[in-house]
Amino acid sequence: MTANQKTRARLNTWSLHLVLVVVGAVMAVPLLYAVLSGFKSTDELSRNPIGLPESWVASNYTQILGSGDFWRLIGNSTLIAIGTTVLIVAVSALSAFSFARFAFRGREALFTLFTMGLMFPFAVAALPLFLLLRSLDLLDNPLGVILPQAAFGLPMTIIILRGFFRQIPGELEEAATLDGCSSFGFFWRVLLPMARPALGTVSVLAVVTSWNNFFLPLLVFTDAQWWTLPIGVQQFQGQYSADYAKVFAYLVLAMVPALAFYSVAERQLVGGLTAGATKG
Amino acid sequence: MTSTFLPDKRTGPGAGSPPPAADRPTGRARRRTLHWLTAAGFQLPALVLFLGLVLLPMLFALYAAFFRWGGFGMPSDYIGGENFTRLFQDDVFLGDLWRCLVLVVLSLAIQLPFALAMAVLLNQRMRGRAVYRMLFFAPYVLSEAITGILFGMIFAPDDGFADQVLGKIGLEGLGGQWFADPSTVMATVFLVMTWKYFGFHMMLYLAGLQAVPRELTEAALIDGASAWQRFRNVTLPLLAPTLRISVFLAVIGSIQLFDLVWVTTAGGPDHHSETMAVTMFQYGFKRYQVGYASAISVVMFGISLVFALAYQRFVLRRDLEGATTTMRGDGK
Repeated sequence: MTANQKTRARLNTWSLHLVLVVVGAVMAVPLLYAVLSGFKSTDELSRNPIGLPESWVASNYTQILGSGDFWRLIGNSTLIAIGTTVLIVAVSALSAFSFARFAFRGREALFTLFTMGLMFPFAVAALPLFLLLRSLDLLDNPLGVILPQAAFGLPMTIIILRGFFRQIPGELEEAATLDGCSSFGFFWRVLLPMARPALGTVSVLAVVTSWNNFFLPLLVFTDAQWWTLPIGVQQFQGQYSADYAKVFAYLVLAMVPALAFYSVAERQLVGGLTAGATKG
Repeated sequence: MTSTFLPDKRTGPGAGSPPPAADRPTGRARRRTLHWLTAAGFQLPALVLFLGLVLLPMLFALYAAFFRWGGFGMPSDYIGGENFTRLFQDDVFLGDLWRCLVLVVLSLAIQLPFALAMAVLLNQRMRGRAVYRMLFFAPYVLSEAITGILFGMIFAPDDGFADQVLGKIGLEGLGGQWFADPSTVMATVFLVMTWKYFGFHMMLYLAGLQAVPRELTEAALIDGASAWQRFRNVTLPLLAPTLRISVFLAVIGSIQLFDLVWVTTAGGPDHHSETMAVTMFQYGFKRYQVGYASAISVVMFGISLVFALAYQRFVLRRDLEGATTTMRGDGK
């Protein structure tokens, strides 16, 4: 390498890092700003919006953590996320198994129907769904969120799981059948344990989607008793709109569970999204 | 990915042992029925959920769109296509269509190329790569409601963070009303969308780039191709299937945008950031014009469907294998 080439390479590396640092800062600053603002008083926030807190006031955070309301939101969100995930995974696994391992009449038509579900905007169904839930007496009931979330999550989950199930060799199934395994026995005792990574992936996707859902809980829950985190945050912001620092603290605390979950389940999440988006 | 798949006729239970030729037809028919029933049994729970809570509501929206109806009891006041003709004379709804188009164009022209550039940068071996990747993707896992409220406060007029920073560095002129000014509100919404979603597209591209064989770019390098030529002629074509999926998701996402707008502006000021979904919500849940709101739903669905079908027909079919089998059933 000539000296000239070397300086050029170094220059390239430098500009590359410069770009990434700038973009990284743009991504991180809103989050950092929220965290720092949560440690200020609203009074200080208007005097000193940008710098570090003059004295770190933790009371905004501790007040929220000390209130039962916040924990109830977390509890509701968790309950709904778990309910949705269990339902989605159970139902999709059965369906994907049938799609992957059975040749039956109408299979392709049915599969196409499910895949078309990918492009059904939730907003389109929102109104009649609301009316349906109302007539089933499922408003202000966690099932009113869990069931529709599961239904709308099916297409993606079925597509991903079918892809995984098809990769499990047919010889295994033959062996199991010869050993007297019913098809459900094969599904339950052989296929599911083998597909554990795939089940993990779709579960993580389902948890994140459910956790972040806003529209459906907004329609279904009028009773504050059942609010989930995103609804609770919105209500809190409306209620304390003058108390900026407090709202920032609330936002930060509301972000923590999602970010913590992400840092633990990053692999599954990214794997699921890319699998869901790029293969069937 | 189809290499490990078995041909269909061998995938059922009892695969590998086709019925002996001596089998009586009745036995075979009975077995086939049993086979079908088993398969159907596995499908039943999914089918019930999907038909009941996705398809049925959609069809009902289609039905209700032809009535003047406040949402109580069953619709009875049939008015034919009146909701639709009213829709296409409604300035707010025409504005929704226009704003949807603006978002689509901005996404395709700015957000996705930016995501691609970041993916290409982060595809290189370098220090801190994993950290950047985590950081760029992190907003995707935050709920739209939380993101929206955060940026609503950052872009608050005058005393928000954005204006304060611009003031500190002597650029007050650049700041302003952000979400509050009709002329800047869509740009601000788009900015937040990009912050939240570019990482998702970047991740897709990174996954796609993993699949580009290193030998190909190395061969091009040896042939004396410049970095741009290598990107343009080797990487980009191989990444095309991923790009097509990402474009599809970006467009569908723009058509359906709701949460982010609802928590930041609720469509304001004076409808200038309203999307179809927000207008639908306003009419359906605030003003109880449920028939009219259903018509909006139907048009939204129609646009999504037409786009999806056309896209599948003219764009996606070029992908030979793997990338889009979701849309075509079997990878055939």
